[in-house]
Amino acid sequence: MSNIILQANRLVKTYTQRSGKFGFGTTLVRALDDVSISLTEGKTLAVVGESGSGKSTLARCLLQLQPLDSGEVLFAGQDLAKLSGSDLRAVRKNLQMVFQDPFASLNPRMRVGEIVGEGLLIHQLGNAAEQQKKVIAMLKRVGLTEADMQKYPHEFSGGQRQRVGIARALVLQPKVVVCDEPVSALDVSIQAQILLLLKELQAEMALSYVFISHDLRVVRHIADDIVVMNGGKVVEQGKVEDIYQHPQHEYTQNLLAAIPGKKAVNA
Amino acid sequence: MTAEMNEARPLLQLLNVSISPKKTPSRLLVNDVSFSIAAGKTTCVVGESGSGKSLTALSVMGLLSKQLQLTSGKVIFNDGLLNGKKSAEQDLTLLDEASLRKIRGAKIAMIFQEPMTSLNPVLTVGYQIGESLTTHLGLKGDTLKAKIASLLEMVGIPPSRANSYPDELSGGQRQRVMIAMSIACEPRLLIADEPTTALDVTVQAQILKLLDELKTRMNMGMLFITHDFGVVADIADNVVVMFRGEIVESGTKEEVLGNPQHPYTKALLDCVPDAEGKKPLKPIDYAWLKNTELKESGLNEDKGA
Repeated sequence: MSNIILQANRLVKTYTQRSGKFGFGTTLVRALDDVSISLTEGKTLAVVGESGSGKSTLARCLLQLQPLDSGEVLFAGQDLAKLSGSDLRAVRKNLQMVFQDPFASLNPRMRVGEIVGEGLLIHQLGNAAEQQKKVIAMLKRVGLTEADMQKYPHEFSGGQRQRVGIARALVLQPKVVVCDEPVSALDVSIQAQILLLLKELQAEMALSYVFISHDLRVVRHIADDIVVMNGGKVVEQGKVEDIYQHPQHEYTQNLLAAIPGKKAVNA
Repeated sequence: MTAEMNEARPLLQLLNVSISPKKTPSRLLVNDVSFSIAAGKTTCVVGESGSGKSLTALSVMGLLSKQLQLTSGKVIFNDGLLNGKKSAEQDLTLLDEASLRKIRGAKIAMIFQEPMTSLNPVLTVGYQIGESLTTHLGLKGDTLKAKIASLLEMVGIPPSRANSYPDELSGGQRQRVMIAMSIACEPRLLIADEPTTALDVTVQAQILKLLDELKTRMNMGMLFITHDFGVVADIADNVVVMFRGEIVESGTKEEVLGNPQHPYTKALLDCVPDAEGKKPLKPIDYAWLKNTELKESGLNEDKGA
């Protein structure tokens, strides 16, 4: 049952930052410091941490959107870093991403139909008619309509745009979807809709999620396993229940204690 | 509303406030909103984007955008004793810009959501905190410096950081600077518009605690705008729930969160993920809500009053 679909071993990624007077000096920032994670097929692995903990860098490095300094990312046994451009592109069909900001991540000059269909075009999946059919089916599945294909992103609300972003990622029928704070920019009511949609789609399409979030309440609902990051390091990882009930690391304990509204109001 | 609020004159009373665009006065963005805030208490206004919660807050300060107007309503401010003599109640909506300017920052202060964009990047934080002290209280020189230092200390920033520029501070520190600025003249009322939304949870917890302490110490009234029920549970005394420009429910925190009456409040609470993960998420079914609302419209009128 427990097939590991995506595994990252000892990832290291450093950025250089200008420092000192007039920025003449440089300092190295370790965004990922020996990070290892593994994602089980059909499950959701949440990566939690505060700003600057390296969780978004991890997301980008998993998909090879940023080169690693060292370490390997294994997808179905293949090391992604060693793949050539065309081979990597072929594998990427199986690895998709849903971005945080539904306002910035959709090209404002493209129609929604083109945005969702672009992946099919690039990977040359089916002829034009088949592609359109797939796009329409996907849009309907995420709660949009066929007519929405002709619209531009600005004509949609934040929640609807996030649905477009999800349709764009899922139309290729990927195996792994990396969601980088997919609901942080949304209202709670919309957030609940999108979380449920993600869960439904996971069951239907046998998806595995890497779910990046800073909101521990959201994570509790969607994740099976958790990785807690701080300062580029993994400080704790394990099953959701274990981490929430018996956090071992001090940082995890602080994070959990800081969740607003923990003292439930029951009048 | 509640017995507690009646015993003393509330600090701030919004009476039947309605706001609309100037071009289309019939389209009410905020419709007949009334609630009050007592000194030393926190009233949270909760709602989704577009519910009119921020507009309501801006109308208190007379800071509505030029395209908008207050179609009706009063904003009664009663700051109690001032300079030893009893100051009368004022309707803020009737004041001219000059009188409003005397109140803003001095008696009513505001904290905004974005600590990154609300500070001037080319002025030191010390200067920015000192600005309202000079304007409203006429402080200068060493007294001013000492006051700035003590304010920074109060919000948990080393006084030596007075010479820092905003970009040298973290998000949480910038929000602390904003708080120091807002409480500099010891306002009677603090309006906080989603002050912790842009911050990490641990920093958010610190800022909420700080605001709560300051509220108690200075006996301020606080109008706190948020969409996060977790934050409401932590900080509110009274809660006002807004939906499409109207108040659908209001009462004490225990009443509204513990025993919500309006279908919208219930639905909104159902979409909040709880920390235990036991409660299933239930998104709001707006079509259902509309029908239920029509059926229970009696309840609606009752709560608006």
